[in-house]
Amino acid sequence: MKKDDKLIIGGHEFTSRFILGSGKYNLRLIKAAVENAGAQIITLALRRANTESEENILDFIPENVTLLPNTSGARNAEEAVRIANLAREVGCGDFIKIEIIHDSKYLLPDNHETVKATEILAKQGFIVMPYMYPDLNTARELVSAGAASVMPLAAPIGSNKGLATKEFIKILIEEIDLPIIVDAGIGRPSQACEVMEMGAAAVMANTAIATAKDIPLMAEAFGKAIEAGRTAYLAGLGRVRDAASASSPLTGFLQ
Amino acid sequence: MMSTDINESILSETVKRDMEKARTSHMEYLEDMEVLSDSNIMEQVLSAIKNYDYNQYTEKDVRHALDKESRGQDEFAALLSPAADAFLEEMAEKATLETRKHFGNSVYLFTPLYISNYCENYCVYCGFNCHNKIKRARLDMEGIEREMAAIAKTGLEEILLLTGESRKMSDISYIGEACKIARKYFKMTGLEVYPMNSDEYAYLHQCGADYVTVFQETYNPDKYETLHLSGHKRIFPYRFYAQERALRGGMRGVAFAALLGLDDFRKDAFATGMHAYLLQRKYPHAEISFSCPRLRPIVNNDKINPMNVHERQLLQVMTAYRLFMPFAGMTISTRERAGFRDHVIGMAATKISAGVSTGIGSHAEDENRGDDQFEIADGRDVNQVIAAIRERGLQPVMNDYVFV
Repeated sequence: MKKDDKLIIGGHEFTSRFILGSGKYNLRLIKAAVENAGAQIITLALRRANTESEENILDFIPENVTLLPNTSGARNAEEAVRIANLAREVGCGDFIKIEIIHDSKYLLPDNHETVKATEILAKQGFIVMPYMYPDLNTARELVSAGAASVMPLAAPIGSNKGLATKEFIKILIEEIDLPIIVDAGIGRPSQACEVMEMGAAAVMANTAIATAKDIPLMAEAFGKAIEAGRTAYLAGLGRVRDAASASSPLTGFLQ
Repeated sequence: MMSTDINESILSETVKRDMEKARTSHMEYLEDMEVLSDSNIMEQVLSAIKNYDYNQYTEKDVRHALDKESRGQDEFAALLSPAADAFLEEMAEKATLETRKHFGNSVYLFTPLYISNYCENYCVYCGFNCHNKIKRARLDMEGIEREMAAIAKTGLEEILLLTGESRKMSDISYIGEACKIARKYFKMTGLEVYPMNSDEYAYLHQCGADYVTVFQETYNPDKYETLHLSGHKRIFPYRFYAQERALRGGMRGVAFAALLGLDDFRKDAFATGMHAYLLQRKYPHAEISFSCPRLRPIVNNDKINPMNVHERQLLQVMTAYRLFMPFAGMTISTRERAGFRDHVIGMAATKISAGVSTGIGSHAEDENRGDDQFEIADGRDVNQVIAAIRERGLQPVMNDYVFV
């Protein structure tokens, strides 16, 4: 991996391109998984941290890790804004992943409400990372609304179905200047690798790791796959440049 | 054909005598009961169970249902059939995978709090029924606060408030005040009280409640009629549409159940699943949950039992719910013994009660001020249940919720 290859979100720099979810973890394994995967950002459902019990998830997240609280539980923009502000109040910082879900079966994000919430929260000074269904028009609206990244889903959350929306994610990667972070549905390290090769800026995974037999080991596999994919992407770009600068056998005859 | 045979264990001499008396229509709404004239979910469910002939399903149908990635009405029907009994181990295995996929290793804890046991209904199988001679009590606000404080001390953060079904003794404002106190002590408040109109649900939502549980008991209207001899609850359709009214009132989630053992459990489980399925389709944001109660002995009739619904059948129902609606929550009742409960968490159930008393006022005091609704089979306290969850490699979760 190139040393100067950094993921930049809202002005913050990260060397890891693996974002770890927290929804389905065993608390005691979070630390180990973060360390094994090298993740520097970990998402956290505020509703899950909203507890007085001894096992508050916040206590299990290492200090050098950036918390990315999410608004899960929000059914519309208004609720997302309220949850984001609650997260800020309890000391979760300025990063916020918007999750607005109005569907209890597939848990698909509501793009329309997500754009509305992004606009409000960006104005309030949040670093907004919206989770969305990969639609180019919505992605453009998110850019205008002040998003710091765009987080398209690869497949329905928790489904482990891999890159079901691959062609549409490709379009976002090509057309949107913000980091495209692929979130939800990635079932295997090989799929995470593939999406990084395509040029995604980072991958978020949760269920695929949480449901593995050996969580730390699977976290490590994801960490490596994402790094490999990123390296291949960077190497691939190099090759493209090499080809362009080579002699031109097909057009060499032109005077 | 709907069965009209009665579970004999319910029939005390008093009940037999009272069943001879003339009764009002159970399908006609009473005055003040809100009618959702634009909904036909009840007709759809009743028609689905009428046509459900579980004996026509073969092992081949069950195999097909198990192999499918997502399962609809027909697959659910096959999984509840007698033919599926031979596949119970595989159903449990697949249900475990689905539960893990959707809920990880989390198991949610809560406890029910009975704040009043006055009731105006005559449900012949229930300990609270208005003709059963039991000790009645209703907690005042100080009593409720005392009980909640005692429960909160155990570390629980979710509470389910229950009353007997008496609008007179536990009116909407009484329940609303209880919800407001609950908000001080808990992160999440659910209600299991008498069905009400959508504006009343909206009011209680404002007071802090977000989930509504209503057991239909049985989905066979003819059987329902013979078991609910008088009171508000006698009106079958009003009870059926309670969840829909609750959602229209702004509640986040609703829970469904048939009391297994009252009627043909396969048909009742099928109807419960269809009820939840159709409502979720109509209100896609609604969070859906199942409960799986079986009949239990009550004060003054210790013979009551769930007849042919043994643990094996109960597990078939629970795993069928899970395979049909993998994203739905499922609560395992203290009606079941500890050994059963400990094994179904993480397999099908996602929520377990702990430190349960179904009497009135017994969390803060040593003795019940009012008698219990039914006998519980698992009397473990919160710490014991937490230890049992960990023992199974699962993670006890006190709260996963924020009231917005």
